[in-house]
Amino acid sequence: MTATESSAVKATTGVPFTLNGQELHAEEGELLIEACDKNGVHIPRFCYHKRMESVGMCRMCIVEVDTGRGPALQPSCMLTVTPEMKVETESEATKDAQDGVLELLLANHPLDCPVCDKGGECPLQDNAFAYGPGESRFVEEKRHFEKPIPISDLVKLDRERCILCDRCTRFASDVAGDSLIHFIDRGSSTQVNTFPDHPFASYYSGNTVQICPVGALTAAPYRFKARPWDLTGSPSTATVDSSGSRVLVQSSQDKVVRIQGVDSDAVNWGWLSDKERFIYEANVSEDRILQPMRRAVDGSLEPMRWNDALKQTSEALGKKAAAIGGARLTLEAQHVWQKVLADEFSVVSYDASLGDDVSADVVDSLPKATYDWAFNAGSVVVVVGQDLKEILPSIYLRLRGVVKDGSVELVEFNYKSGSLAKLARKSVQSRPGELAKDVKQAFTATPGERSSDLNCLVDTDKPLTVIFSRPNVAESADYLTEALQVIQSVRPDAHFLPAFRRGNTVGAQLAGLTPGVREVATEDEIIVEQVAVVGRPTAEILQEAANGEVETLLLLGADPISDFPDKALAEAALDAVNTVIAVDCFENPSVASANVILPVAMYGEVNGHFVNSEGRLSPLGARVTAPGLVRSDLEIAASLAKTAPQSNSDAQSSLETSHMLGSEPIAWDLLELSSEGARIKTPTKPIQRVKADVPTVADGLRLVIGNKLWDQGTIVENSRTLAGLCETFKVRINPADADRFGLTAGAEIVVKNAKATASVPFITDSSVAEGVLWAPANVRGFDPRSFVTFSESVCYVEVSAGEQK
Amino acid sequence: MPTNNYLPHLDGYVDNEGPKIVTSRFNDPNNYKISNYKASGGYQALESALDISPDAVAAEIKDAILLGRGGAGFPAGLKWGFLPDVYPRYLVVNGDESEPGTYKDRLLMEHDPHQLIEGCLITCYALGIETCFLYVRGEMALAQERLAQALNDAYAQGYIGKNIYGTDVGIDIVLHWGAGAYIVGEETALIESLEGNRGMPRLKPPFFPAVKGVYMKPTIVNNVETLSNVPWIVTNGADKYKEFGSEASPGSRMLAISGHVNRPGVYEVEQGEVTFRELFYGDNYCQGIRNDGDVKMFIPGGGSAPWFFEEQLDLPLEAKAVGAAGSMLGSGAIVVMDQTTDAVKACLRVVRFFARESCGKCTPCREGTSWEEKILQRILDGAGRPEDLDLLLDVGSQISPGDYPKAAWEAEGLEAVPFPPKQTTICPLGPSSVAPITSALRRFRPEFEAKIAAGRTTVGASS
Repeated sequence: MTATESSAVKATTGVPFTLNGQELHAEEGELLIEACDKNGVHIPRFCYHKRMESVGMCRMCIVEVDTGRGPALQPSCMLTVTPEMKVETESEATKDAQDGVLELLLANHPLDCPVCDKGGECPLQDNAFAYGPGESRFVEEKRHFEKPIPISDLVKLDRERCILCDRCTRFASDVAGDSLIHFIDRGSSTQVNTFPDHPFASYYSGNTVQICPVGALTAAPYRFKARPWDLTGSPSTATVDSSGSRVLVQSSQDKVVRIQGVDSDAVNWGWLSDKERFIYEANVSEDRILQPMRRAVDGSLEPMRWNDALKQTSEALGKKAAAIGGARLTLEAQHVWQKVLADEFSVVSYDASLGDDVSADVVDSLPKATYDWAFNAGSVVVVVGQDLKEILPSIYLRLRGVVKDGSVELVEFNYKSGSLAKLARKSVQSRPGELAKDVKQAFTATPGERSSDLNCLVDTDKPLTVIFSRPNVAESADYLTEALQVIQSVRPDAHFLPAFRRGNTVGAQLAGLTPGVREVATEDEIIVEQVAVVGRPTAEILQEAANGEVETLLLLGADPISDFPDKALAEAALDAVNTVIAVDCFENPSVASANVILPVAMYGEVNGHFVNSEGRLSPLGARVTAPGLVRSDLEIAASLAKTAPQSNSDAQSSLETSHMLGSEPIAWDLLELSSEGARIKTPTKPIQRVKADVPTVADGLRLVIGNKLWDQGTIVENSRTLAGLCETFKVRINPADADRFGLTAGAEIVVKNAKATASVPFITDSSVAEGVLWAPANVRGFDPRSFVTFSESVCYVEVSAGEQK
Repeated sequence: MPTNNYLPHLDGYVDNEGPKIVTSRFNDPNNYKISNYKASGGYQALESALDISPDAVAAEIKDAILLGRGGAGFPAGLKWGFLPDVYPRYLVVNGDESEPGTYKDRLLMEHDPHQLIEGCLITCYALGIETCFLYVRGEMALAQERLAQALNDAYAQGYIGKNIYGTDVGIDIVLHWGAGAYIVGEETALIESLEGNRGMPRLKPPFFPAVKGVYMKPTIVNNVETLSNVPWIVTNGADKYKEFGSEASPGSRMLAISGHVNRPGVYEVEQGEVTFRELFYGDNYCQGIRNDGDVKMFIPGGGSAPWFFEEQLDLPLEAKAVGAAGSMLGSGAIVVMDQTTDAVKACLRVVRFFARESCGKCTPCREGTSWEEKILQRILDGAGRPEDLDLLLDVGSQISPGDYPKAAWEAEGLEAVPFPPKQTTICPLGPSSVAPITSALRRFRPEFEAKIAAGRTTVGASS
């Protein structure tokens, strides 16, 4: 073979190198440790993590490498494979180095494996067994630290066990952007710790526990709950929001005890928000409703038989009935509920969302992006609405990664700057009622009048994705819709990604459980049955109910009193109907007025499927038995179908298979085969143009009610550890407005309009747009919805200094 | 009786006879002021450098074979040639002098700050650099104060900033104070610290400063003394410079001698012209060992260097010869110990320094150095075990595997093993802790064994 030929071969097969005497090829720029993994040679490691930049700290992955200058010990996690590199992973020198590193790592390690949560799944144990010297020559006194110290409400740190691999600290600073833990001190006293008086209060703290290669970081909800060898796991999907993070739900003794992130290339890269990770605690809450209940004459709850409960429900649904909720159910349950309601009981008024999110019709009309499409290098992402960190926290991490490394340009339009504002190309602060105007200005201004930072939006080949969420429930949803339509008209090639707060909102749309007329078809010959349904928006349902036109209201895991933007209307509606049936697991403000409560299975207790914001289908796994007399939504709906007065045999047969989505055309096996989940593509159809009202101009500030990750949601409130994370109510005002209205820091301020007057704590916050009063939804202390008049497109409030304390 | 030639305004500097290059202005107590510096020809080297092309300036320095004075002794001119054609690029001055026994850069910064600044400016001009970072050790308060004043004055008089000497050359110098970590003297750790991170070294490759330095841009890191030589070379020419010193190591070096000599201090010494013996015993230098004693051992180049003994006294003070004998001149810190010195305690003293200053990044250094310290302390506390000596060497070999560096002991038939040693760590701090152990154990093993034996009888071994 000539030299030319051989180099031609190299060019097509990658970088040639020798691994333990074997001639192999690696990809250009590939790390040695990765190349070895791919070729079935495992190199022990602690600090290396494929989703983070290598630091070469632990020295465990040191191997003998000869790059032509003689063999030398090199960390394989820092070394890219170069041509003709010779690597020995089993040579004497490599083994000596591995022996040495493990003996040194164990020198000060407490070896308290029998009482350590990590024991049994501990990389330090595993590597010590496989590569260690077997015994220690260390006879000195070991290093001592106070045994575990809480570094946040969720995470405890045992510094004696820590091997200082920099995984947690790197995650906190590089991935999450919350540099709240760091190394302090030097030499063998080096330790991970927080800064004084600044706990590791990150939305992502649980990830550090998962990636800790020893038992140094433990999560409060899991500590001492199980041993790794007792755990059994089911692949599943996180449902607390619509990101669709892939998880492994693990149980011991038929209790869910842990949720671990699964590294899915297409979705969450292994990272989870703490809400996704620790939400399972609610399953075992003492307040959980475990049997059917009915409200007695004196208002108290008393148990009843399932048969009676179902009979009563069936009768009630036979009268003028409406249903609210269902965006958190499995796709299967959504489908069956829709069938039962529409076909069996001829109910035409139902809505899975609660009027506090983007409406299904808007979403249906837009071409969808996937996360991969949105975050591909060289793209532009436009965030319209709320801070992604509060709505889809695990996807925020992916956005942050690509914006931080400069591969994706970010432009945001919002009333309160998002967490990535400093890294964004441009952060446009808008005000309620002006969102569409400001978006239009940015997308249609001539190059001369436009800030050059906005050039990435128009006249460019760069792919554009709009990630949108309802920015404010205290204003008309039309402003967002109009803003999206403006973008679509200027950039017809733009893709869109809805950031729904409720998990399976897209599933509900597919199942026809949201208002609108839809035809649903799919890609890859996967055909979801066509549905043509008329539901009815929650606002109309509640208005009709309040007017006495509805006799029965069915709540499918819905709490309109807490969530619907017009609280008074929700209360009036629940008061006015004859019968309220709640399918739920806890008593919440809305369930409190239910006449019958049907206890329903929770996360980890039911099988099914989930559709995330992208339209990606992924499994939900039943890991544990539902407690008490609890039944799944699917069972409840199926039972109701049997008791329905005008039982429909078609629906029956589809229910009896207890599969979802009726007759066969879906190749479910095919869907489950894909580890990343199949994606259901919803068609785009022309949309009715929306022209939002021009906002009235009034004195005072425009009210924005936005969301925080931790609120008083029913499930969070019933999770022992998470319940304390919800903040107390404070409004945020731009410092310029605070000056203008003479508000002094530390004092409460008086907020009032025609509907309400309240004295509330406030803080100045320059991330809030001028002219805006930003209030968190559904947190402790105060409900800002009391200021909102639902029929007005923008809500004004006046502020004045309160009394000095 | 020894004569005291210490300059009263200069803490530790000995004004001995001999050629003066970097300390030529030390006699003037007010030299740190810009007026005095200018009166003695200051900032004229900068002016003449600006008259010729940057490449010509760089060529002159390369021709002078100006060896780096920070420890490794790498020629500055060669180092400058490694810069890729990428801009912006930076100059970083390593003023984080903290090697035990070294205090020469402190004197240069305190008493001739403008000479250093002028050296920086010339270097920046030669390399097309517009920003220079002056990193000064956290504890050096006077140096920081005088450098800050000197920078302000030089800015005010137009030597730094835009349009220097009416040209279109613009250079900024940023003063940065360290936070008191020895490891930050290592160039990549210094860069991390400069960027606002915890001072921990970066792995080379890929993070060679010349390619990926400050903010991942090409960066030259030079020692204070190295850059202080630059104005003299520009003024007098490389040929004149090479008239001093040996062929391989031209010019002079500032050596800081401490320990059991009669007149410790910082001396400017012509390279290669003087031997250790002359330095320790000569009238022009340290004037003998205290109490007319003998040298038991000496550290020729800072705590990281393997020890020398009386048979190496006649080696010339020059990097190549010292290197060939298995140690290094390093940062020019020579520590002399007489026959009253306890070898075990001396060993512990040096090892403890490295154990305490380990940054904690690499496992072998973080855990290994403190293990070594604990074993040595235990031996001194009378709880040593015979197997501890081999254990010490073995722990050392986990940080610095293979043949450990050792000075040549002809009496034992040993030839020198090249220095620096192999390492399982990112930087040489960990391996530095091994040098005193191997040095002491090779030479004074009976002393260790005696301590262990005595300890076993006193600590209650059964009779």
